[in-house]
Amino acid sequence: MLTYTIRRLILSIPTLLFIALVIFMLLELAPGDPMAQVPLTVPAEVKEQMRVALGLDQPSYVRFWKWIVQIFWIEPKVFIDWLTTSSGLFGWLPDTAFYERCVGLSNLDTCDYRALSWQTRSPVIDIVLQRIPQTLWVVGTAYVVGILIALPIGIYSAYRQYSWFDQAGTFVSMVGFSVPPFFSGVLVIVIFSVGLGWFPSIYDTTLEVNSWESFKKQINQMILPVMVLALQITAQISRFMRASMLDNLNQDYVRTARAKGLGERVVVMVHVLRNSMIPVVTVIALGIPSIFGGAIITEQVFKVNGIGQMLIGAIQANDLPTVQTLTFVFAFLIVMFNLIADVLYGILDPRIRYE
Amino acid sequence: MKLKSVLMTSAAAAVALAGMAAAERGSDGEVKIIYWQAPSILNPFLSGGTKDVESASMIIEPLARYNEKGELVPWLVTEIPTVDNGGVSADLTSITWKITPGLTWSDGTAFTSADVAFTYEYCTDPEGGCAQVTKFEGVTSVETPDALTVVVNFAGPTPNPYGPFVGGESPILQKAQFEQCKGAAAPTCTDQNFGPVGTGPFVVDEFKPNDVIVMSANPNYRDPAKPAFAKVTFKGGGDATAAGRAVMETGEFDYAWNLQLAPDVIAQMQEGGKGTPVAGFGPLVERLMLNQANPDPARGDMRSVKDDPAGGSEHPFLGDPAVYKALSMAIDRTLLVEIGYGQAGKVTCNWVPAPDAFNSTSMMCDTQDMEGAKKLLDDAGIVDSDGDGVREKDGVPLKILYQTSTNAVRQDFQALIKGWWEELGVATELRNINASVFFGGDPGSPDTFQKFFADVEMYANTFNGTDPQSYLGNGLCDKAPRPDTQWQGENISRFCMPEFDALHAKLRDTAGIEARAEIGKQLNDMMVQNGGMIPLVHRGRLSAHANSLGGVVLNVWDSELWNVADWHRID
Repeated sequence: MLTYTIRRLILSIPTLLFIALVIFMLLELAPGDPMAQVPLTVPAEVKEQMRVALGLDQPSYVRFWKWIVQIFWIEPKVFIDWLTTSSGLFGWLPDTAFYERCVGLSNLDTCDYRALSWQTRSPVIDIVLQRIPQTLWVVGTAYVVGILIALPIGIYSAYRQYSWFDQAGTFVSMVGFSVPPFFSGVLVIVIFSVGLGWFPSIYDTTLEVNSWESFKKQINQMILPVMVLALQITAQISRFMRASMLDNLNQDYVRTARAKGLGERVVVMVHVLRNSMIPVVTVIALGIPSIFGGAIITEQVFKVNGIGQMLIGAIQANDLPTVQTLTFVFAFLIVMFNLIADVLYGILDPRIRYE
Repeated sequence: MKLKSVLMTSAAAAVALAGMAAAERGSDGEVKIIYWQAPSILNPFLSGGTKDVESASMIIEPLARYNEKGELVPWLVTEIPTVDNGGVSADLTSITWKITPGLTWSDGTAFTSADVAFTYEYCTDPEGGCAQVTKFEGVTSVETPDALTVVVNFAGPTPNPYGPFVGGESPILQKAQFEQCKGAAAPTCTDQNFGPVGTGPFVVDEFKPNDVIVMSANPNYRDPAKPAFAKVTFKGGGDATAAGRAVMETGEFDYAWNLQLAPDVIAQMQEGGKGTPVAGFGPLVERLMLNQANPDPARGDMRSVKDDPAGGSEHPFLGDPAVYKALSMAIDRTLLVEIGYGQAGKVTCNWVPAPDAFNSTSMMCDTQDMEGAKKLLDDAGIVDSDGDGVREKDGVPLKILYQTSTNAVRQDFQALIKGWWEELGVATELRNINASVFFGGDPGSPDTFQKFFADVEMYANTFNGTDPQSYLGNGLCDKAPRPDTQWQGENISRFCMPEFDALHAKLRDTAGIEARAEIGKQLNDMMVQNGGMIPLVHRGRLSAHANSLGGVVLNVWDSELWNVADWHRID
């Protein structure tokens, strides 16, 4: 198992490099201009100077190499410095100073250039870290809520197949699958914010949860986006759960268990459920990177301004370093969680062994 | 003198207004502003986007601003320099600004002429990529004879010397803060770019790029009674609908910027009863540009290029007065305004519809005249000779490729205008192109508005400030985009008339607002009447404020938040 994991980890390095190259080439070949949003009143020569200031006059292979250096060499330096100076976990280690911060004209030649966003001229990774909490709170909560609702629905729907509960569950799942969040999001805003005035329609990202009051406020503003997202997640996972349970309920070992005189509860919740969880766990694990990826549309509708909103904003502004870095982070998470799902398989199902 | 008296009265009015609101600093709590485009950076010199310029205008300020009527008002200076008061030299080559004594930055240090001169150096550094460098066009030096005097010298006579340090796009940066951030170092100064020290009514407490700005009242602001609000939350993101809803329907926010929405949507939101839309009109005009050059693909490298020595570069029919006049007469502009813009639009026949002094009144175009248009073409002999429903001029069928950027209102306009033109006997093919490609200016792309590989294209354009001289210069022959300029150039329709160039040269040497306005109107008429463009809609800007927010004066000549220091809560 360990050798397998190590082999997969090593193999993922060329995979990730290849993904990075493909992303870069795609962005390179796509039409668009980072200066497109600058008003028409700014003349073309000025725009050209601004492009040069962004480094766009350099050939693409130079820019790709610079970006690789920034992500694989400079950002780790920043990270290690942060670990040893500010983090709780490794703060006891002697402080390191691998990264040389740029402080204007005084050290322009020697300092480390981090990957800067073209829109904000600030390090992309800093903005990502600033946005992760919003996304994790909202999308993460929705994921957990969605799973907690989906599993019982899936189990019971399968156990009482074609009952009214199953039919209702199927209907809700179909609605969850087919109604896009740009519709359901606006719908719940019109009902619950405009009509009833219960919840805010705009998420306050400056709210700090440090008291019971602010916690209630946080819950209040999370309800609508979580509701919209959880509907979709529930729909997806409850279907998987139901299908997987149905597969197992008709197996011979279930009949054997019942013949042994085991109670229905034990048969379903212990024997069938454990076996049915294998494909469902894979689906859940593979869905985790999408939490970090944020929910582009839902974040936009409720102004959650997390990672998803950052990605779509960067795409619209042709902010290539941001798009490139974010998609690479997503690629990294997907590769990692694929590996985790494979390893989990082995733990859940003793028959599966990797050599 | 006239300008000065206007300024005095408006200043007096402002004082009286503030007196009524009679508040002390920070007494009205929090104001919440929403911009559906989120600010990315608070240094407008590095971005140029409206969202960034306007959010920064609450923090950093220019020496003088334009008010809601497009008049200059002194902001950080004692008065507006003119030739009469000796502030502008008689030969129009220099302007002297006198800084208000006792002015301080929000950190308590003195605001001096050195800061102003530094701002000039910062923006004109060739490696910095400053977005506002055109504000300093023609400036040879900025001198500082003493701490409160700034002299700007120009290379030649400049009848309109109010470019540098005037308006929201040309604010003053603090020298002490930005000294290390010039040129190539500009992008590395994240902290400075995210939290500039300013003279404005608010200071940045927290800036989350592309999300939210939290600001508090500047403790060192020059007026001890202002601002009335102690805290500002400036949220960005989402879309115009959501922003309008948050102000007018749910009342979560106090001010929403630039609600580019269908008129019926605005009306419906207004029924929410929590806020009011306000419209202001700058010089923004939605227009059809008529290609004067031949966009025929068969012309290869010389496609859409005027003045090919080999000949054949003229457009086969759009240069004919009967054609471009008929195309214009067939359009029902009143209907376009009603459908597309509602209270945020007006019918216009002019390229420069504002400020008022420059708005020509020589043309009328608010009624559609389909029969007149048909007759015009019939009389010119441009008739449908082969019975296919399309007229021909000298054997060439009137077939038009009509392109614009992808945008719901623009596609509505395209469909309507296509209907009218086809009724007229002009075959029209429509095309829409993603805005970032269309306006992107990539010389490698065939779809940019500069390349103009079409017969007609539609977009909107405007100018900053109140003087249209350089904007009118977009009609000069040598500004036409060509392959040897990498397709850069502002003369999109490739309009070229020696008389126009001569008259524009005269404008460059003329001082005095009346004389300049007279020439401006003539240039405007010349462009429109000779088929360079068909103006359609004078577009305004529509913003909304909560009914409980007082002091909002919508200003299209400067930042919308220009008078945020005067905003206050009303009950």
